[in-house]
Amino acid sequence: MSADILYTFEVVINGLMSGVLYALVALGFVLIFKASGIFNYAQGVMALFAALTLVGIMEGQVPFAHVINATFGTDIHTFGWTVPALLGIALTLVVMIVFAWMVHTFVFRHLVGQEPIILFMATIGLAYFLEGVGDLMWGSDIKTLDVGIPQGGSLWVENISAHLGGDDFYGFFIDKLDITASIVAAILVAGLIVFAQYTKQGRAMRAVADDHQAALSVGISLNFIWVLVWSLAGMVALVAGVMWGAKSGVQFSLSLIALKALPVLMLGGFTSIPGAIVGGLIIGVGEKLFEYTVGPMVGGATENWFAYVLALIFLVFRPQGLFGERIIERV
Amino acid sequence: MKDTAAPYVTTDGRQIGDVLMDMRGITLRFGGVEAIKNISFDIREGEIRAIIGPNGAGKSSMLNVISGFYNPQEGEVWFRGEKRPAMKPFQVARLGIARTFQNIALFDGMSVLDNIMTGRLTHMKTGMLSQMIWKGRAEREEVENRAVVERIIDFLEIQAIRKTPVGRLPYGLKKRVELARALAAEPKLLLLDEPMAGMNVEEKEDMSRFILDVNDEFGTTIALIEHDMGVVMDLSDRVVVMDYGRKIGDGTPSEVRNNQEVIDAYLGVAHD
Repeated sequence: MSADILYTFEVVINGLMSGVLYALVALGFVLIFKASGIFNYAQGVMALFAALTLVGIMEGQVPFAHVINATFGTDIHTFGWTVPALLGIALTLVVMIVFAWMVHTFVFRHLVGQEPIILFMATIGLAYFLEGVGDLMWGSDIKTLDVGIPQGGSLWVENISAHLGGDDFYGFFIDKLDITASIVAAILVAGLIVFAQYTKQGRAMRAVADDHQAALSVGISLNFIWVLVWSLAGMVALVAGVMWGAKSGVQFSLSLIALKALPVLMLGGFTSIPGAIVGGLIIGVGEKLFEYTVGPMVGGATENWFAYVLALIFLVFRPQGLFGERIIERV
Repeated sequence: MKDTAAPYVTTDGRQIGDVLMDMRGITLRFGGVEAIKNISFDIREGEIRAIIGPNGAGKSSMLNVISGFYNPQEGEVWFRGEKRPAMKPFQVARLGIARTFQNIALFDGMSVLDNIMTGRLTHMKTGMLSQMIWKGRAEREEVENRAVVERIIDFLEIQAIRKTPVGRLPYGLKKRVELARALAAEPKLLLLDEPMAGMNVEEKEDMSRFILDVNDEFGTTIALIEHDMGVVMDLSDRVVVMDYGRKIGDGTPSEVRNNQEVIDAYLGVAHD
């Protein structure tokens, strides 16, 4: 095979890998949107907050250190211990569940039955609030997150694939982190699907997504399900935060990945878990391929806008997305 | 509950059980409007109890009070010999009171089977994790629940549509699936809000037969709201008649039929 085709392959594979990360964020959106009709603008910030919290816990940072020091004139920053990655992830998950409970109890519980736009505005408020809290709690400096995921190009893949091409081809470059992220994402999605299909709570979750009154009449507590859904979204945010954080450092621009999830959702449909995954992959591959083929002709940097243009085209021709429920207006 | 009480025999000669649900002096207000005015009545075990009345009489409100969707401002609700505190609808459902809705509330995106399985939620006890791993107790429980659901599916003759998404079914079948979901909970009290509204004669006959069979075979206590007087008279053991939020009649169908106030409410009365 010629080296050109092989490079294209490599681009596609790398696109798939970054698509997995988009899909992870989009998945969090879909979970909440399906179950409560809330478009959660804060999903990206939740990923950031989860990553910040994880770093903070692992490094033994004192939460709200700045506030405490400024108020009491002290000078404390760390507890002086470090926490192993697995324990740190478990503790962060607990924090995300507490956060889910608080979000529901103090905000959305009081907004049940409101217009979608009001719920949406509430999530925008939540996003900024959470960003501020994250800043206050853990500080605003860029942090590295090392939970022990292998990083760098996989030599194994490189060596094996090197035989495919001629002398001018040195094998595929694929980041080990991306491979790990794909495996973790696959496990997460499989787990979510098993949960939704085969457990009592999963069935109840689907029921609530469909009809509140009917759900109540079969003995489902809406509040419990909503807290559960926000917790799941928090868990997905944690996974996304860990992967993005490990890849590019934990910094506040992480919350902007939420915006990339928007075109993913428009492609995949707002209510479909497979849609979020396929949409993420298409955007990931699409923008890498586009950058590789068309990019040089227009001066590059197409990755910044390609996803949005693709989403616009989809909005015109298939507004419900690839997997979304068809919108039929009965007269 | 003790079962020492002598069997209660209606004036029509049918034997029914002890008091299952006792509504005492229920008053329900929406703002300044009194939807239900100081109504008391009881529902006895094993009977079919109808609530009838003209439009806007407060029948649906009464059903919503029983099922916990509304909490009355005054009065007490007694269930199985105990006073029931103010409750959320899902808590009432867990007590064993299942219901259907006038405008059908089903899970449109789920299959008929899944819809009916949601009726079993209150009977599932195993934890989230063991259900995910699908082992031992959880599996046994799932199999048991499926057996109950399959029996109901057979009973209501909906085998042919068990995998169909509910959203695609015609109206009459949706009503039947909703009944199946309520039955799946094996309720102590089944509430039906206009089970035959919008049906043609044939569908009504089918539904009447199912309601009678349910009462007969499972011994389920049923309280229903219905507009069609003929149907109500054929089905029910005892009837409560409401008009403008008041109770104007209570008794067997033949007693109610001859009650002057009831006749006036239904046929209208000349004011001079």
